[in-house]
Amino acid sequence: MKARTIVRLTLTHLFIITLGLGMIYPVLWMIVSSFKPNSMIFSDPGLIPKAVTLENYITGWKGYAGVSFERFFANSLLMCAGAIVGNLVSCSMAAYAFARLKFTGRNFWFAVMMTTLMLPGHVTLVPRYILFNTFGWVGSYRPIIVPRFLATDAFFVFLLVQFIRSLPKELDEAATIDGCGKLGVFLRIVLPLTVPALVTTALFTFLWTWDDFFNHLLYLTEPETFTVSRALRTFVGDAGAVSNWGGALAMSTLAIIPSFVLFFSLQRYFIQGITTTGIKG
Amino acid sequence: MHKMPGIVRFLKRNAAAYMFLAPWLLGFFVLTLYPMGYSLWLGFTDYDFTKPDATRWIGLGNYLKMFGPLFGQSEFTASSGEVMRADPYYLKSLSVTFTYVFTSVPLKLTVALALALMMNQRLRGVSFYRTVYYIPTLLGGSVAIAVLWRKLFEKNGLVNAFLGAIGFTNLPGWITNPKYALGTLVLLSVWQFGSSMIIFLAGLQQIPQEYYEAASVDGANKIRQFFFITIPLLSPVILFNLVMQMIYAFQAFTQAYIIGGGTGGVLNSTLFYTLHLYIQGWTYHEMGYASAMAWVLLLIIGVLTAIVFRTSNLWVSYGSGE
Repeated sequence: MKARTIVRLTLTHLFIITLGLGMIYPVLWMIVSSFKPNSMIFSDPGLIPKAVTLENYITGWKGYAGVSFERFFANSLLMCAGAIVGNLVSCSMAAYAFARLKFTGRNFWFAVMMTTLMLPGHVTLVPRYILFNTFGWVGSYRPIIVPRFLATDAFFVFLLVQFIRSLPKELDEAATIDGCGKLGVFLRIVLPLTVPALVTTALFTFLWTWDDFFNHLLYLTEPETFTVSRALRTFVGDAGAVSNWGGALAMSTLAIIPSFVLFFSLQRYFIQGITTTGIKG
Repeated sequence: MHKMPGIVRFLKRNAAAYMFLAPWLLGFFVLTLYPMGYSLWLGFTDYDFTKPDATRWIGLGNYLKMFGPLFGQSEFTASSGEVMRADPYYLKSLSVTFTYVFTSVPLKLTVALALALMMNQRLRGVSFYRTVYYIPTLLGGSVAIAVLWRKLFEKNGLVNAFLGAIGFTNLPGWITNPKYALGTLVLLSVWQFGSSMIIFLAGLQQIPQEYYEAASVDGANKIRQFFFITIPLLSPVILFNLVMQMIYAFQAFTQAYIIGGGTGGVLNSTLFYTLHLYIQGWTYHEMGYASAMAWVLLLIIGVLTAIVFRTSNLWVSYGSGE
């Protein structure tokens, strides 16, 4: 390699590393600070704590209104599980119909589905709230989980349609000749081959549900039903003041662990999800 | 030959498909189409969630409430005969949101493109870098990070500790100063350029290397190559990122809600549109008004998206590159 190229590449590496460090510094600082005594969080911008304590985790874990974070984490996981099952079932069914079946009105409904993809959710917000309230669902997880069973996250329908279209059609045809019905083709041929896209769907459903705050704020009214993100908000007072910073940072650190673990263990599914649908962020 | 009646033939041909489509169709009608129509109607009423029976048709009242101050009207008579007061904060929330969208989206896309270009050189460790740069995006929308952001930009927060260490004095509390509060939210958004960067990177990798080789044989320098090869061939991806990020940015909520502690912050400097909508609808129970606000948001996003698409044939090329 020419000397100039080496210099250029080294400088590029240096720049990318420095900027990258700067970017994740706040997150690293949050993790480290969650182990610092409350009085030091304010005075110490460094990454190496002068004293280490678990006190923040103990005070933070106590939670809100007598309900501990154990409950909040369990609630979040339960809600995510429900949302994932819902999206997997309903979105894969719709995607199979759009990608593989011929029916009257297919192009029309597909265009409708693509339109809902761009639709800002706020325009359905108030009526949905009124509707769920009429059902007596406000205060439960149903307003958040039931819509997932009705494929309201059009992103995933689109993602799965794209994926199923890329599968060879010959397999379906062979199975049909062997006497498989449409349900059989769906369950035995298409679904097993769609697993990578289903993992992407499950992954992003988890992250969105875990990180979602707006719906949790609207529909979860009792502290016993709070999720982690809804509970974190209780650290911030109404005027924006925070009394227990240590506890807030400690619980925030715990709250980002699931996303981290999933991200590092399932990276390639992330890339697929982001590049096909431009998913969020 | 036996001939089936039309309806039976239709069912036979379509029944299976519509069964697979049933959950989505049900969701579309019950949770999208019906609510859209309902909220359009609510927007012309004074619907209050706590006393639905007292709902009255007020014509354009809610819309006058939003835009009355533009024409210097702070009071007006609705078609129900009731005297209504204009919303003194609506236009503020609109300007906060526009400022946020029109600064954060271009900044974010510029940073994302610059980093993607850097990583598109045959560099070692690109997948590792890509991972690191995606972390803020992975976490950025969460309440946890919004809480952290508050801490970073407080008067005695991390940012001021650094700035103080390199000699700055008289530093403001960025979150509590109405001049800077929105800036911290723009920064929070730009910080999450990871997914745009990944999309750009995937787009750049589609551009055939031969184009650049041919261009440099013809004597085009790097800058010319960037403007005459990279940008045109990447333009569909830029359009895609631009539209998606714009739609997201208009709907930003969590960050502003947490940083303002459930309010629009000091002097409503971070009163995002959706936050104002939430406060109107759920704090004040003005759900008719909130519905009207939602429809205006839909129109704004729709019109801007249409403008972007319409003007896109001036700068987006769908040439033979893809």
